[in-house]
Amino acid sequence: MNTDHHVILRVVAKMLIPVIVIFAFYVQFHGDFGPGGGFQAGVIIAVAIILYALIFGVPAAMRAVPPAFTRSLAAVGVMIYAGVGFWALLQGGQFLEYQALFHEPPGEHHGQHIGIMVIEIGVLCGVSGAMLTIFYAFAGRVAEIRDEDW
Amino acid sequence: MHAMFNGDFGVILVNIFLLGILFAVAIAIARMRSLFAIVMLSGMYSLVSAAWYVAIDAVDVAFTEAAVGAGMSTVVLLGAMLLTSRTAKPEKFFFRLGPLLVCLATGAALIYATVDLPALGDATSAANAGVGYTYLQVGWFDTGIPNIVTPVLASYRGFDTLGETTVVFVAGLAVALLLGFGERSLAERIRNEGRTSNRGSKKAPAVSDEDPA
Repeated sequence: MNTDHHVILRVVAKMLIPVIVIFAFYVQFHGDFGPGGGFQAGVIIAVAIILYALIFGVPAAMRAVPPAFTRSLAAVGVMIYAGVGFWALLQGGQFLEYQALFHEPPGEHHGQHIGIMVIEIGVLCGVSGAMLTIFYAFAGRVAEIRDEDW
Repeated sequence: MHAMFNGDFGVILVNIFLLGILFAVAIAIARMRSLFAIVMLSGMYSLVSAAWYVAIDAVDVAFTEAAVGAGMSTVVLLGAMLLTSRTAKPEKFFFRLGPLLVCLATGAALIYATVDLPALGDATSAANAGVGYTYLQVGWFDTGIPNIVTPVLASYRGFDTLGETTVVFVAGLAVALLLGFGERSLAERIRNEGRTSNRGSKKAPAVSDEDPA
């Protein structure tokens, strides 16, 4: 078990994982101007953690990002999204009416920007949490992935 | 035929090339028995179709396809593959006849349906002329967001996207409820580590900064 022939994979992955996460946040916050958004960014963050799990083992990934955290994250994401809807309701508008968030007349876009950014964060949390929960549910059933399993 | 001699020729060539790769990969998937190779080829299929979506100017769809199809679903299929055997059982010829007929009939119906489809980028098609054209006209004034896809998804169709997020959440919840939350292996691992006293040698492969000898 002490054979260390995955050293290149580990070194490359260690350098790649932060870049993948930064790219995910770029996709998240640049979604107003180019292709991308919360869904894609959530999947990319989930894939970064899954890459960590594939290289360093699922238990190590579960210690870094616990399954209890991922499934709460999924629920919190949906709550953030729905919360923007209720925020608009409390401001006197309709459900998810971003224009009502700051009582703006048509043509002003502050509420649209803030509302869309917050719901995209909700989508990010919901999607990445749900994807990681699914991955843990599948990968957690095999205690350890040995080399001869591939 | 006239389009072949102006600027569209390169686009047509790229389309034919990418669709040809898709066709070859699909045939290879259908003929393979090794599940690992099939999973890898299906990831490749998603990646090539993402490239093809870029070629027909659907960059958002391409992005999602590359992230979900090539990244996420490949990993989930690999995880599912680990729980079962490594090779597909070959079917008898007689049992393959039914699926073949279904595939041929569906393919013929789809090809017959493409005759009625509008051309790519046709301004008078139903998708571009109706509500899509209105969004393009009023989107900037309503929301002030340059990428028209984002306000359509998040602002005009906010309810739909809320529903989609809920669907993803429910999918994760359903898988977790069916397969368990995956903490068993972690608990097992930690218990084993506590039992064996030489903890350092067991964690050595995971750290890799130690001596490679």
